[in-house]
Amino acid sequence: MTDSAVGELLAEVTDLGLVRGGRVLFESLSFAIRAGELWQLGGGNGAGKTSLLRILAGLSRYGFDGWVSRAEVPLYVGHQAAVKGLLSARENLSWHVSGGCVFPDEQIEQALQRVGLCGFEDTPSHALSAGQQRRVNLARLFLSDTRLWLLDEPFTAIDADGVSELQDRIAAHVAHGGAVVVTSHQPLHVDHAVHHLSLDGARIP
Amino acid sequence: MLLRRQLSLAIRRPIEIGNPLVFFAIVVAMFPLGIGPASEQLAMIAPGAIWIIALLSSLLTSDSVFRSDFDDGSLEQLLLAPQPLYLSVLAYLCAHWIVTGLLLALVSPVFALMLNLPAAAVGTLVVSLALGTAVLSLVGGIGAALTVGLKRGGMLISLLILPLYIPVLIFGTAAVQAAVSGSPAGPFLALLGAMLSLAIALGPLATAAGLRISIDA
Repeated sequence: MTDSAVGELLAEVTDLGLVRGGRVLFESLSFAIRAGELWQLGGGNGAGKTSLLRILAGLSRYGFDGWVSRAEVPLYVGHQAAVKGLLSARENLSWHVSGGCVFPDEQIEQALQRVGLCGFEDTPSHALSAGQQRRVNLARLFLSDTRLWLLDEPFTAIDADGVSELQDRIAAHVAHGGAVVVTSHQPLHVDHAVHHLSLDGARIP
Repeated sequence: MLLRRQLSLAIRRPIEIGNPLVFFAIVVAMFPLGIGPASEQLAMIAPGAIWIIALLSSLLTSDSVFRSDFDDGSLEQLLLAPQPLYLSVLAYLCAHWIVTGLLLALVSPVFALMLNLPAAAVGTLVVSLALGTAVLSLVGGIGAALTVGLKRGGMLISLLILPLYIPVLIFGTAAVQAAVSGSPAGPFLALLGAMLSLAIALGPLATAAGLRISIDA
């Protein structure tokens, strides 16, 4: 948690290149993500945004060139909601598979309130809509104390109010010394410097 | 905590728990019809038959251990979790064993009765099944982890792990047969225990590696 101009290094990518299906998605990509930085990955469909995010998260470990180093395990929110239909929203969060730590009940209730799921805490998740299920997953952002967040299209299926609430949360996290990498086709409305990284230019047809 | 999660998931889907048991019951009920109701004959094949059915029902369910978590993305989160993957995998497989193997071992005296197994061997049957199915769950986890990324992994899983099931089957039936014939079953149970120790030590490691490969692909 540093306030200096250059934050602590959270993740670094050196000379990264990825070829999928005979197409070069990106090559010799180098950047460093420091505490207090907000990154937005841009690029059309199939530009390799999700692939890059999965490499950053450490889910993809082979099949690319270059090096990736991370200071800690990041929080990764993918396309899939990772919400179990048979568990209630509360249980999904308190027994979350990535939760090494157990969150107190009030904290979970607060987080669910923040994502607008007040009153749905104990509803089985299969009775929730697609957007609500995504909100259950996004409630993790209000619980986590991980510094580096990797969010893959976090605004999908979320209504306008939810999106602005989420963007506020992202801005608050960055302001408190975290770092966020977001892939999104929507512009981010946050009063914080956004580093843009477009993968379109790196593509060679 | 993961164990509790998996167990409550299983309990909320009682059909999944019931399936192996019903399968077990149906097959056991078939034997007297196919072979004839002569009790000596049934008693002779009972140890082997019960063990083979237990093995098959474990094989049938092992495919589903990581399937739903793979489909909804929970598996990715599990791999990124700060706790060691070894322990998470052990919790998953332990839950799988409790709802299939242990349950099967506990109700096996009923099936043993149906096949006219001598009462003296029932205790050994339960113990050998409890130990053996734990090994089967752990070994089955390796196959499940390797095939979870495939749409139809069911057949492949059998090919991959059936050879590893065979030693368990041999010593499991040998233990029950020893008990039937009145000789001590202890050595065979000890061998099953040794296999279980080995499986606990090495199985989750292989499963964890398999999961990483499956997620990566």
